[in-house]
This record gives sequence, C-alpha cells and structure tokens, in this order.
Amino acid sequence: MDTKPDQGMFADGDAAAVRRWFVREVLPLEAALTQFLRRLRRNKDDVDDLCQDVYVRVCEAALKEIPRSAKSFVFTVARNLVLDEMRREHIVPIDAASDLELLGIAAETPAPDQSVIAREELRLLQAALDDLPPRCREAVVMRKIEDLSRREIAARMNIAEKTVSRHITEGICALADAFYGGLAEERRQA
Amino acid sequence: MSVSIEDNLAEAKRIKYEAGVWVERQDGRALCDEEKAEFEAWLDASTAHRVAYWRADAAWSSANRLSALRAIETPRGESRLRRLWPLLTRAIAGAFAAALLVGGAAYYFPRDSEQTYATATGEHRAIALEDGTKITLNTDTVLHASLTRRERLIRLDHGEAFFQVKHETDRPFIVMVAGHKVTDLGTKFLIRADSGELEVALMEGRARLDTVDSWLQQHSAVMVPGDVVMATGNSLSRVTQTVREMNNALGWQRGVIVFYRTPLSEAAAEFNRYNKEKIVIASTSLRALPINGTLAANDPQQFARVLRNLFNIQAQTRGEEIVISR
Repeated sequence: MDTKPDQGMFADGDAAAVRRWFVREVLPLEAALTQFLRRLRRNKDDVDDLCQDVYVRVCEAALKEIPRSAKSFVFTVARNLVLDEMRREHIVPIDAASDLELLGIAAETPAPDQSVIAREELRLLQAALDDLPPRCREAVVMRKIEDLSRREIAARMNIAEKTVSRHITEGICALADAFYGGLAEERRQA
Repeated sequence: MSVSIEDNLAEAKRIKYEAGVWVERQDGRALCDEEKAEFEAWLDASTAHRVAYWRADAAWSSANRLSALRAIETPRGESRLRRLWPLLTRAIAGAFAAALLVGGAAYYFPRDSEQTYATATGEHRAIALEDGTKITLNTDTVLHASLTRRERLIRLDHGEAFFQVKHETDRPFIVMVAGHKVTDLGTKFLIRADSGELEVALMEGRARLDTVDSWLQQHSAVMVPGDVVMATGNSLSRVTQTVREMNNALGWQRGVIVFYRTPLSEAAAEFNRYNKEKIVIASTSLRALPINGTLAANDPQQFARVLRNLFNIQAQTRGEEIVISR
C-alpha cells in the first residue's frame, strides 16, 4: 500500500490525457472536496494534505483508466480515505459518515450554466488578486495584466529580479488556492 | 500505490510552493537544459509533485483572464482593510465576562404581567420580546418573562436558553435562575440549569452574575473571554473554552449536536436530552470511546446507524431504547 509510485509512470502519452481530465474535471471539485474533508480535519494544513492524497490516488488510478464520472470517483476515493483515517483514529466523525450517505444525491445536482461558471471564475480571480499582499499583488498585476518582463517589473518596483520571482511564485500559490476553492470556501463560512 | 497519509502530513503546503516555483520559472521563458533535468526529476519524484504542478499551472493559465480586468482595476490596499473588519468584529464577539454577586430573593415572586414560554422535549423555540431581545429556548425548558418600566426580568425554571439582549441603560435585563442572578450589560449569553447546577457562558458584551450559596455567603467572579462559569448550591467553578467549543454548545440552535472528542457515554446523555427514544450504552468498554461530529439532534437512529456501519458496534432498538453494545 505504501510503496512509492514508479519513477516515470507518467512519462507516456497517457499522462497528457490524465492531466487534461484532472484540470477540466477534478480541480473544479476542489471546493466541495475540501469542504467534505474539513469535517474530518479542522486544521487547514491537514485538509490540504488529505486533498493532495485524494488527488494522488485519483490520478494514479486514472492512468490505468479515466473514470467515467469524475465526481463520484473523486468522492469515492475521498470517502475511503476518510474511513481509513476514522478507523485508525478510533474516532467516529458522525457528520462525515452522514455526508457519505448524502453524496449519492449531491453527485446528481445539475451543472451550472457555462456563462455562470465563467463569471464566477472571473469573480474568484479578482477576489484572489485583491487578497494578495500589496507587493506581491503589484508584481502579479504587472506580469499578468500589464505583461511586463521580470526585468521591467524589478526596475519599476526597485527590487531584485529574484524578489520579483518570489512575489510571483507566492501569487501563483495564492491564486491557485483561491481559484480552486480554498478562499471561496473560507468566505462562504465567514 | 498511494503514499501513506502519515508520510505526507504538512507536506502539501511545501509541495504546492515548489510547484509554484516551477510554474514561475517557466512563465514567459523556457528552461535551460540543466533546469529541465531538475524539473523532470522533481516531477518524477512523486505523483503529488506532478499533480501540484498541474494544478498551479492551470490556475496561473486561468489567470490570463485577469487581463480582462485591466479596465476595472480597483485601488490597491483599500479592499484588504475592508476585509479586516469582519475578523475584528468576530474577535470582539468572542469576548466574554461575568461576575457573581448577591442574589435578590425579591425577584423570585411571580409578577402579574408575566408571560410564560415553554418547550417540550426535542423542541426549540425562538421568541422575540417587545424590547427587541431574542431568546432561543432549547429542549425541555420553561421560562417566564416580565417587562416593566424599571426592569426586564426573566425567570428560568429549568432547561437552557440563549439570550441576545438589546441593551437599555436605564432598564436592566435580569435573569434569575436557581438562586443566581445574571444582569446583562448588552450581551449574548447562554444559560443552562440542570438539576441544581447552573452554567453561564458569555459570547459577547458584558454581564454580571450574582449568587449566594447555602451558607448565605456571597460569591463573585470576573470571567475573561472564553470562560464558562458553573455554579452549584455551594460552589463556583470556572473553565475556559475556545470560541469554537462555545459555538458547539450552541449547535442545538440549528437543530444539531456537535461533539468533539466526546466520550460515547456523554454523547448519548446529550442525545437523550432531546429525544424520547433513549440511547443506552450496554457495554462499559464503549463508554469512553471518543467521538467527533455533528448530527441532527432529533435523529438518534442515525447515530445508531453510523456506529453500526463504522465500527461493527451493535445497535438494537427495544421499545423506546436503543441499546448500544459490542
């Protein structure tokens, strides 16, 4: 069970198909997935770890065959992971278990209109951008919106190019978390 | 095939950052051969790396759409400050204080203008007084309210109630319960009276709690945020709770009970407050089993079902009892 994945297992052409499927079908489920996992783990880092574990299991399985329904597959994997954890900890997370009963229903909800999704995505991105630390935000805006080079950004901000890269890296991480559900979820709870 | 959870703890964050570094390095430029080899090695090291990279790269590509916002740029800094306010108000809401002083026996006599509110077992009820104060009654609770020009007086006979008091400087809001007196100064607080025991938890604002013991000694205590004062006929104790625990105690307002590492025996007792159908733990070895979770207060069968499915614990319904055993 605990063996490391084979080196280069994603090296063949299948990896591209799994990647497309993962980005298109699985990542949009992240908000719902983290909300589900949060029932088991309150700490954000722990939820991230569980989420990562779900992604790893899902993608490794998808290499053999891409599941027909991403949603039911992702939540089946999450459910098994949660059950393993619960047994290991001798703790009964009742809400997790009752959620598991409800998952069958949740999987049937119709997908929202594409234009609604597009608008929602833009709104999420804008909110994520607003939330970045000021200097980091400045660098991301110049890179992504004004399309300036790192050198130009460094000159304008009067910082080293390396620092520009660091700001942008932080921006990428924060945008990914916000875009795929972390921030949106926290807001909903606030 | 998968990496075990223990190996991964607190790792996801680091891997996400590394993925961000690789996305940034390739943004608008190609990697040199040396970097390329390093990148490939990093990707091959674990599926978690590869997946994190796909995720970060997809998010950064989606952010191309931000260029559509070029025209509607918002001023910097302003929105962050605005977002701080809810955090601050939440912090203040967690603040909580109370003190114990002498009880006033005079308040015990019923008044003419008194209104009585009650709930049956399993019932909740929200009431709004004419002064704007909201009171939520939990299961099996009886209280009387009398509003006069000089004061607003509540007598809690038994049960549990959550108060959101509209403060009035010249008309105090007083709750009398089991010989104790709580005077509000603009607060949200929870009072539970259980077979001679009183528990007061203050969520917001300030309140004063006055009490007198069976030797007529007066007691007072000032509570700091997160404290809960418990008073019996002759003792006073104070515990500190986190705001989360306090919110858990208010779960009943939403019709749910929240457990956090609660022994099964206590969970069953809590459950039994709300339902005619009582849960009985037959195996002593199960009494200490810690449980987490949120469940519908009015559905002991769901609770039994979960125990059965998850741990192969027996749960049998016998008349009005659900018997839990190994």
